[in-house]
Amino acid sequence: MAVNVLIPTPLRKYTNDQEMVSAEAGNIASMVTDLERQFPGIGARITDEQGEVRRFVNVYVNEEDIRFLQGKDTELTDGDNISIVPAIAGG
Amino acid sequence: MPKTLGMKCRECGEEYPLAPIHVCELCFGPLEVMLNWEEVSKKVSRKSIEAGPPSMWRYHDLIPVEGPPTVGLNVGFTPLVKATNLGKLLGLNNLYIKNDAVNHPTLSFKDRVVATALTKAREFGYDTVACASTGNLANSVAAHAAEGGFKSYIFIPFDLEQGKILGTLVYGTNLISVNGNYDEVNRMCAEAGGKYGWAFVNINLRPFYGDGSKTFGYEIAEQLGWRAPHHVVVPCAGGSLVSKIYKGFNELDRLGLLDGGVPTKMYAAQALGCSPITTAIKNKAEIFKPQKPNTIARSIAIGNPADGHVAIDTVRKSGGWAEDVTDEELIDGIKLLASTEGIFTETAGGVTVAVARKLAAQGRFEKDEIVVLAITGNGLKTQEAVAEHLGKPVLIQPNLTSLEQALNTERLLQSV
Repeated sequence: MAVNVLIPTPLRKYTNDQEMVSAEAGNIASMVTDLERQFPGIGARITDEQGEVRRFVNVYVNEEDIRFLQGKDTELTDGDNISIVPAIAGG
Repeated sequence: MPKTLGMKCRECGEEYPLAPIHVCELCFGPLEVMLNWEEVSKKVSRKSIEAGPPSMWRYHDLIPVEGPPTVGLNVGFTPLVKATNLGKLLGLNNLYIKNDAVNHPTLSFKDRVVATALTKAREFGYDTVACASTGNLANSVAAHAAEGGFKSYIFIPFDLEQGKILGTLVYGTNLISVNGNYDEVNRMCAEAGGKYGWAFVNINLRPFYGDGSKTFGYEIAEQLGWRAPHHVVVPCAGGSLVSKIYKGFNELDRLGLLDGGVPTKMYAAQALGCSPITTAIKNKAEIFKPQKPNTIARSIAIGNPADGHVAIDTVRKSGGWAEDVTDEELIDGIKLLASTEGIFTETAGGVTVAVARKLAAQGRFEKDEIVVLAITGNGLKTQEAVAEHLGKPVLIQPNLTSLEQALNTERLLQSV
């Protein structure tokens, strides 16, 4: 499954400043694995040692927060758009 | 020597040079500005603060900007009101309202964070400012951008109260209404963040912006005669304010300015229809679960609070607690504060009052302890919330017969 991943500014140094990259993945966990294969070092920024998405990282599949879906087991289909977004302050 | 030394990740401790950045590259944790405490402690005393202007800038030495303020010079130093009537009802002898419903110029605590962020934006050389907002921040950024001669772009969810939309447009700004809830506006702005070279006050200027809220805490302590209260009840949206008030008390204590240290317990208040922070605290959960907001308290309807973890940690560390209330209870809260103290607050303030009533009923406050309610916004901006709950004026003809008749039929004389 090829999906499009929007990379936030703090992680673009791993992707040679590419804002959008492609990954082969069936779910969020395998997407992180594939990103790490392509861009060594990026995986540990997104997930912790236990493979859980870090608590200050928000991941969206087609604009829906994965915490409203199945978290890191959320299944992906061809052409899905994934955003990785740092938490931002409110008001 | 500069006053601000750099930035540090609250989560993992990684340090960065001073820049318009807001998240740690290693763990995405929030960055905080490091003050040069050696310099600050030489300069700051009760006397030096008391000699300052009657605004938040009397604490300039503790606000993370280098030069003098250039925007929002009259913000802050709002009244700390002793709430005798409301206190009597709640069984409290020392209840106070910190009333940012009358903050200058846009009637909410957001003027504090915006004055800080825009002063810093100018120091960084920006000419355009922006924000994502549930309303109060929109009003404040638009007003201060006008004052400071910045261009501005403001993003709001489409269904905000009319008063908050008008109260933004009037200043002449680019107001962009997004077909989604605040969390969706926020996500889109985070994605757009770096693209246009704007100073997004709650994104790339967040570490500076957030520390403007510390002045809410400094003022409470100074106005109590240089002591921190026993309890503070704070409405939570993004979750920053509750921790910044606590940080404010602790910084004054670190400088040796407080009598009696910081015994303060911090309490989080949310509407039941958007309660990720209070739910996590009450369930003793390690992390909060985001929610899809459904409440009339739109100013605090943030389902995915960026500083939720920090808020939860602060409440726990201080020994405080959290409560949430229904929309009906928050409307009663607005009416209760108005009818007892003559203060008309917005929906978030109604939440705070209603939560305080619940906490008091649970016996969390001793009757002589000092309890402060953080009232952060003005009721004239959210009139829709109470419009259907206040009755109507009695219409009469301009003559005494009509008056007499009305007083009798409406039984008005009995209630005088």
